[in-house]
Amino acid sequence: MSKRTINWYKYAAPANFYPLAGKMIPWFATASALIFVVGLYVSFFVAPTDYQQHEAYRIIFIHVPAAWMGMFLYVLLAIYAGIGWAFNARLSSMMATAIAPTGAIFTLISLVTGSLWGRPAWGVWWVWDARLTSTLILMFLYIGFISLQSSIDDARRADRAGAVLALVGVINVPIIYFSVQWWNSLHQGATITAKSFKMAPSMLAAMLILLAACWIYSIAVVLVRVRCIIREREHEAPWLAEAEA
Amino acid sequence: MFRWIVWRDLILAWRRRTDVLATLFFFVIVVSLYPLGIGPEVQLLRRIAPGVVWVAALLASMLSLGRLFGNDYQDGSLEQILLTPQPVYLLVVGKVLAHWIVSEIPLVVIAPVVGLQFGLSGNTLALIVVSLLLGTPVLSMIGSIGAALTLGLRSANVLVALLVLPLYVPVLIFGAGAIEASIGGLDAKPYLLLQAATLVLSIVFAPWATSAALRISVE
Repeated sequence: MSKRTINWYKYAAPANFYPLAGKMIPWFATASALIFVVGLYVSFFVAPTDYQQHEAYRIIFIHVPAAWMGMFLYVLLAIYAGIGWAFNARLSSMMATAIAPTGAIFTLISLVTGSLWGRPAWGVWWVWDARLTSTLILMFLYIGFISLQSSIDDARRADRAGAVLALVGVINVPIIYFSVQWWNSLHQGATITAKSFKMAPSMLAAMLILLAACWIYSIAVVLVRVRCIIREREHEAPWLAEAEA
Repeated sequence: MFRWIVWRDLILAWRRRTDVLATLFFFVIVVSLYPLGIGPEVQLLRRIAPGVVWVAALLASMLSLGRLFGNDYQDGSLEQILLTPQPVYLLVVGKVLAHWIVSEIPLVVIAPVVGLQFGLSGNTLALIVVSLLLGTPVLSMIGSIGAALTLGLRSANVLVALLVLPLYVPVLIFGAGAIEASIGGLDAKPYLLLQAATLVLSIVFAPWATSAALRISVE
């Protein structure tokens, strides 16, 4: 084997990925904490007061990034699970299992913060419009994925069954995204499109900074979780005993 | 092979008629509980009737899903069926068709009678039948995915509910919307067309997911 060829699949082995993840975690964790501080500062002290909703609108800076992360993490989960199923790659399926709780928590945060925002802005805690209903269904899909995997004892069967469920449910994410265009909705339409953004630059900056913070936090947390899953599943492997020693 | 498996399932279900009738009576009882709980005021009952009928159909359909693959899985014949050279896709469609005939058609037949309890008129009763006819095959199809994924698991019944009910929501929304439109005097055709679309989509795609899930569960 020539020394110049790159082994692209090196980190597909849990034994190689485990120490790499261990080294990545501190960087992502501290970066996330710092970006959160910066983002919260910008969202509270730099972004101006909304002329209609006064200060209550600031919950948008958590609500929107959480909603985006919930949807994005589900699609990512489906992709990892699909790859793990198609190529029989264990680590890919372990990543899918690791992503699920984080995605569920972000979806829950988006539902709760949305509800808290809806009360002052629309006067109601909840409406059954298309976007809220399909986000609630996303929450149920996450919970279904987690419970299905936890109720199957054989790890590989759990991985594949979860993959089927995740791929069947992925149709829901575009529905959430386009629901405000397709149906009349109390929820506001898309403010940020590829061509323009209709909000003050500092508000947009705060939202994007907090989105980056949530994203990097997700990476850190998922890596920690996947290391735990690797330890559980590979507990008999000799490399693990050496790594722990 | 397709006709054989439909016929086999129908005969097996005929030998265990009580299972089928139990699901039917569950549907009737659930629908009857709502007027008892909410009160006999006819206007109110007319407004909740579409949702109640459809939710009861969903729950009854979910209860019967364990029977779809469970008996065959337990005595080992499912594994043999999967080993045949015929595509599993067709076998799944056959089993789901037999399951639909046995479990859902009784619901469709009894639904107008139950609709009378809610004070609905003739046109609406006919529409309930059409809406359920279009929607219940979708319930069986999507339910078969959940049934295949949870084969042989400990808490399979509750888990199937958790997996399959979120996927049932579009069927519920379109079906109940159709009945509600009819009660309000509007044209129910848009909802029925949407139901037909979900029917076609589920017939094409769901057996594929179910056969993949069966292979995963039976190994």
